[in-house]
Amino acid sequence: MRHKVHVATAMLSAAALLALAGCSTDPGVTPAGDATTAGAKATTTAAAVNWFDQALYTKQLAQRSVTPVGAASQPYLQTIDAKLVDTAKFKSPGAKKVCFANASISNPWRQTGWITMNQQLKVLKAAGVISGMETRDAQDKDDTQIADIDYFIADGNCDAFLISPNSTAALTPAVQRACDTGKPVVVFDRGVQTTCPVTFIHPIGGFAWGIDSAKFLIANLKKGDKVVALRISPGVDVLEQRWAGADKLFKEAGINAVDHFTGANPTEIKKIISDELAKGDVKGVWMDAGDGAVAAIEAFEDAGVPYPVMIGEDELSFLRKWKATNITALAPVYSNFQWRTGLLAIQKIFAGQKVPSEWVLPQSPITKAELDGYLAKNVGMPNGHYAKFGGEDLPGYPAVWQKRVMP
Amino acid sequence: MIQRTPGHRFARIGLTLISPRGAVFLLLFVLLVAITVINPHFAEPGQAIRFVQRVAPVAIVAIGQYFVIVSGEFDMSMGSLVTAQVVIAGNLVGQDDSRSIPVLLFMFAFGAAIGLVNGLITTLLRVPSFIVTLGMMLALLGGVLFWTGGSATGNPADGFRQIGRGGITGVPVLGIIPWSVLILGAVLAAAIWFSRQPFGRTLISTGDNLTTARYAGVRVWWVKTSAFMISSLSATVAGVLLVGYAGVHPSVGRGYEFIAITAVVLGGVALGGGRGWVVAAAAGAFALEALFTLLNFAGVPSTLRDAVQGVILILAVAYSSATFKRPGRLPSPKISPSPEKLPHPATDAVSTAPQSSSLSR
Repeated sequence: MRHKVHVATAMLSAAALLALAGCSTDPGVTPAGDATTAGAKATTTAAAVNWFDQALYTKQLAQRSVTPVGAASQPYLQTIDAKLVDTAKFKSPGAKKVCFANASISNPWRQTGWITMNQQLKVLKAAGVISGMETRDAQDKDDTQIADIDYFIADGNCDAFLISPNSTAALTPAVQRACDTGKPVVVFDRGVQTTCPVTFIHPIGGFAWGIDSAKFLIANLKKGDKVVALRISPGVDVLEQRWAGADKLFKEAGINAVDHFTGANPTEIKKIISDELAKGDVKGVWMDAGDGAVAAIEAFEDAGVPYPVMIGEDELSFLRKWKATNITALAPVYSNFQWRTGLLAIQKIFAGQKVPSEWVLPQSPITKAELDGYLAKNVGMPNGHYAKFGGEDLPGYPAVWQKRVMP
Repeated sequence: MIQRTPGHRFARIGLTLISPRGAVFLLLFVLLVAITVINPHFAEPGQAIRFVQRVAPVAIVAIGQYFVIVSGEFDMSMGSLVTAQVVIAGNLVGQDDSRSIPVLLFMFAFGAAIGLVNGLITTLLRVPSFIVTLGMMLALLGGVLFWTGGSATGNPADGFRQIGRGGITGVPVLGIIPWSVLILGAVLAAAIWFSRQPFGRTLISTGDNLTTARYAGVRVWWVKTSAFMISSLSATVAGVLLVGYAGVHPSVGRGYEFIAITAVVLGGVALGGGRGWVVAAAAGAFALEALFTLLNFAGVPSTLRDAVQGVILILAVAYSSATFKRPGRLPSPKISPSPEKLPHPATDAVSTAPQSSSLSR
């Protein structure tokens, strides 16, 4: 008897479990089309509202067509719309110690830049400008990087601070503390919410990426076509602005774009694309970074469907796949050579030369017409290398980048 | 089982389907139907076989984890071992197809060695396996970070990747039979065979009652170490498949240990050991992936997936422990074996011969 009661209870709970499973799935079935996409739209709109900055968007839209000042052979020293600041108070002879607080080298773009920076460092050491560079790698953690900066301030014996922030808001107070020491601070790549650094070096920016990439897709697609947007992770300004800019243009053009976070994990990317292909035709793929573009293209091959119009990056794995498959594609560029500009800015600051308070570097995508040229220039480079790395004039080229051993 | 009228049989099937061991099949069925309702394309043979291909690495990891869990231990190092193997394949094979076989052999040796270390430290030094394998997880991840800097390092030669990406093409109806599906079939068959061997039975009895097993003359250290080696080897197979399916990235394999444990628990295998069926564990992996696919199709944000996985784990464990009270251990006076009684591996494993499941017969 007792056993029967037991089994009955079991059956009841099983029914409940399945009913629960049923409830959580089935009601989702009918309104899936409208309710969930509406929900997704609502969240993306909310995100776009957070990250979309009309003034910045307009500024970057304009900067895309500005001819940069400076020699074209040295893009890492070119400037756009520069407002120069006086650095006479920092002028000082002799070799200086630089302290570099790095967010991480956890993606191919950062690794390429890190190599280039170390080769630039060798040049400046040989020239007697820099005595040495102490680097702390925060491994993508805000708290680690804050501790790194505070260590540099307290015990680093630094003459200048070079900071590549891990995230915008969290690192602002630490950067401010570094500025408060009165020593020059140079920030590059992701920004902070203070203007205290002597110069903030970055390419035009995320909105420019978003505009370039979205315009290309819109030009090559029809109204109503589906674009899958693959995004690495939320919350990083340079990445959020890429999506906010593109999303605005997709909406205006009537392109049906759905965004997913991938963590740059190729397994996830393949699953997402396969599922989206199972739902219906995918005409375009937008990415906020090219790391993983190859996995996305392979998903179309595996499914046996036509290639999409593709947005990648100037990473060689993508450029080579682009060439091999002859797809319609664009490689937006987030100029990797900014990694050497940081050290060159410090050189200028100690020499008392003026630098831009916001050092905007050129950023122009690689088009189909330029593809062969960049592939030829980078023969022998590993797949993780970035075509527009801008270090061809440095010692060790090309062997150092070909071996790709992290310094 | 003396009388078998059709009514009895239906009742038995019904009971089995709601028992923790059978529920996973029902759940899988419901999920697949729900997916097909949302998206009828999913049921097409070509799509379905692609789904099996996608689940294969997860299912293989779950099968490996099953052996460890059923012996009463945990293997938390599986995900990071998958990552390590993926990175090893990417870096050692490079663009040279001729290195495929030596590297493959090295990977299996490496996997077996990791399992051996996990097993020996757990059994001989008597460190809880949770801690040992957690330490192994960190050691492997640290090694990968040191080697790669945490970034992708380039895919191995296409020939090597064919194992996880390619298959027999030109098959009627299906279009393609991916190698990974065949490998999954082979691994599952081997696992079923293993479970039915004396080794498999000893493993379950060790997980059920260590003292009894010891008195019965079981070499506990060796049995458990073998389980760890099986799980590490299965993680190696999954790594080989994933490097083909997706490519090299330090995030490949991340979280696989949790997915595997969830799948195993979903398959009605008791955490703590002594009860379970390997086929149900593999079905658990399919159910879990089907659930994720359903969430994808229904447009549920991927940020919610972890929460869903956590809730399922809790529900499954709660369900499992609520239904399977062990008569031998609990003071429940009046339970006598009756013909209607569900097969009970917990007691069967020690007393008579373990029955894999009523479904398997």
